[in-house]
Amino acid sequence: MINFDSVTKVYPNQSRAALESVNLAVNKGEFVFLVGPSGSGKSTFLRLILKEERPTDGRIHVAGKDLARLTNWKVPHLRRRIGCVFQDFRLLPSKNVYQNVAFALEVIGKPRRFIRRVVPEVIDLVGLEGKHDRMPDELSGGEQQRVAMARAFVNRPMILLADEPTGNIDPATSIGIMKVLDRINRTGTTVVMATHDAAIVDSMRKRVIELEYGKVVRDQSRGVYGQAY
Amino acid sequence: MRSQFVLQEIWIGLRRNLTMTIALIVVVAISLSLLGTGLLFIKQVNSTRTYWQSKVQISVYLCTSNSPNPNCHGPATDAEQAQIRQTLSSMPQVSAVYYQSQQQAYLQFRQYFANDQSYVSTVQQGDIPASFEVRLKNPGADYNIVASAVTGAAGVESVVDEMTILDKFYKLLDAARNAVVIVALILVIAAVLLVANTIRLSAFNRRRETGIMRLVGASNFYIQLPFLLEGVIAGLFGWIIAAALLIGVKSFLLDNLQQYFSYNVGLSLADLIQVIVLAMCVGVLLCGATSFLTLRRYLRI
Repeated sequence: MINFDSVTKVYPNQSRAALESVNLAVNKGEFVFLVGPSGSGKSTFLRLILKEERPTDGRIHVAGKDLARLTNWKVPHLRRRIGCVFQDFRLLPSKNVYQNVAFALEVIGKPRRFIRRVVPEVIDLVGLEGKHDRMPDELSGGEQQRVAMARAFVNRPMILLADEPTGNIDPATSIGIMKVLDRINRTGTTVVMATHDAAIVDSMRKRVIELEYGKVVRDQSRGVYGQAY
Repeated sequence: MRSQFVLQEIWIGLRRNLTMTIALIVVVAISLSLLGTGLLFIKQVNSTRTYWQSKVQISVYLCTSNSPNPNCHGPATDAEQAQIRQTLSSMPQVSAVYYQSQQQAYLQFRQYFANDQSYVSTVQQGDIPASFEVRLKNPGADYNIVASAVTGAAGVESVVDEMTILDKFYKLLDAARNAVVIVALILVIAAVLLVANTIRLSAFNRRRETGIMRLVGASNFYIQLPFLLEGVIAGLFGWIIAAALLIGVKSFLLDNLQQYFSYNVGLSLADLIQVIVLAMCVGVLLCGATSFLTLRRYLRI
């Protein structure tokens, strides 16, 4: 599903590589934790998958597509197959829960009938039944993140990228968020989650990839956050 | 393509920076109407010029008893007059020659200045010389040939091309037209900068929305269209106001001017429509192109 072949990324005006000769393969339906200190290259890894950045060297394949050969106007079609969740939720404050989720489908030109059918299903899936009309500022952080996940998943992407989705949420609520991610993973969606949350990584017992200074220093199936802890 | 969604986005964009939008519409309206006025002016001047060129003639003034010209020795004799008439009418460039006697000239003068009796009273019959009025086949081009043929001939006091008198008037009109066009061009530049700024502001205001649109895979076209249309719609509003102003310019200014000069060479409705359509093309193209170029810079895809 995601294939990195000796990928190096050096940002302009920076001497150190953000990622250095990274070789990775993530299979369809996998759940992968991406761990490592700040600046270790986790975000760069996610941005490369979305083709928000281009690698300085190496090849990247996502969903069977060679990103280097993907023309600019086809990039949106790649991103339709990838859902994204962030630490800061990125909801539209002027739209309610339903509208926020529907927005993701509206802007890719889905017919209204389809949207009316699919959006409530996904809102139920993330556990926000009956909260369609709430505005983001009326929701707790956990609920806002659920809305963001519903938006990321509503178009049934093949891959879901989560960049510290529990970073702004207390541990008890985080468990609920992880349950939703797990539920999404069970539908066959590949999930890649960058995180600092050791407790969550340890409790899930999924594949763990650790980055340090842009290099993969550990790749364990059923791993934990850090051996030293 | 969900048109309702796009329209909604445009509406949000226009409403969010309402003051900018109003400023934009006003500047577009004024620049387009000035541009259109310049064009109407050019058309009007051209049509009057053609009209007058068919009317103007060369006046060949004959010597009188008190002509200061050393070429003159008393009033032109009948033989001299016949000779001049012969010279003129035999030229291939001349279409007609009329004789205006001193009495006719004096009566015409009195008629033209009938409402200024004090001026009329200072001029007596005999002060105005008799003349041959020469009509040319090709006014403007053949003046020199015809004028040199009779200048200095016995009995000729002076040769005057009426076109040179009109030219002064046209120079004035041309200067006015140029001023209008220059001001219009400066305003067009201002309009372009305003469009760029409005779109930039709009893109900045909606960076959240566009960021999410990018993430969920909206096509570049879909992301840019609301902004592009925002510029074009502002341009269209400006154009509508400009069209109204242009109709006003035509019916109140140019048509009145025409009455004042009492010649029947007004601009047709077709001319007006042509200018208005041109103004629309300029406005929409300008706003659309500026929006597009601005978006390429400020809206990361």
